[in-house]
Amino acid sequence: MEPVLFILFGAIAVCGAIMVVTRKHPMASALYLILTLFAVAALFVLRQAHFLAAVQVIVYAGAVVVLFVFVIMLINVPENRMPVERVTTVRFLGVIAAGLFILESAVLARRFSMPKGPAAEVGTVEAVGRALFTDYLLAFEVTSVLLLSAVIGAIALAKKKI
Amino acid sequence: MIEPSAYLLLSAILFGIGVVGVVTRKNVLIILMSVELMLNGVNVAFVAVGSFLGDAAGGVFAFMVMTVAAAEAAVGLALLIALYRLKETIDITELKVLKW
Repeated sequence: MEPVLFILFGAIAVCGAIMVVTRKHPMASALYLILTLFAVAALFVLRQAHFLAAVQVIVYAGAVVVLFVFVIMLINVPENRMPVERVTTVRFLGVIAAGLFILESAVLARRFSMPKGPAAEVGTVEAVGRALFTDYLLAFEVTSVLLLSAVIGAIALAKKKI
Repeated sequence: MIEPSAYLLLSAILFGIGVVGVVTRKNVLIILMSVELMLNGVNVAFVAVGSFLGDAAGGVFAFMVMTVAAAEAAVGLALLIALYRLKETIDITELKVLKW
């Protein structure tokens, strides 16, 4: 069952990602981004990472993409002022470089051997919470400073007068 | 049984598509979304490797990446709003006041 689900949700994630970078209007991109994020959350469930799957849906699809949608509607760029995309040499080389990167990673991933077996119980709420509040307590606390600075920065930047 | 390398390959593909979006698009909003795609590709690798090795650190790192992604989106979109108010454009090639 796992291979079928992996291929299904992996294909959905990759197709959604391709649509995100190829759509003309940012709103279509945002909706395809939600599709990709849900497919990735399904892959997390496949690896028994239930906590992260829930956080992925709540934080990414529920907060980050909604923020994107708000900004798209807030600035509401008229259709004729959208940037016109043209194929230039630099852009073409960029796509080729990304393709080479994927190929190189595929070759490296095949040589990287790991014990394969059923998913270990490390992604449950209990296991992640235990690791987060013991071994990684400092990182967890520093995260609060990061979020605070992001909040202050976002408010300060979006104010009328800087 | 799915090989661990299949998850790593999927992660690399998602990251690569994100890179394509960042280098080819001119719309700042879509560039920011492509960065989110790249961070998500990294998360797939963290979660998969963490669960195959039986180590909870993978999940913790993915959690940190999500926090950074949320902060990055908030600050990036605030910058975008400030820029749009100033320049009336979301074309990244027109935002070049730092270039000489």
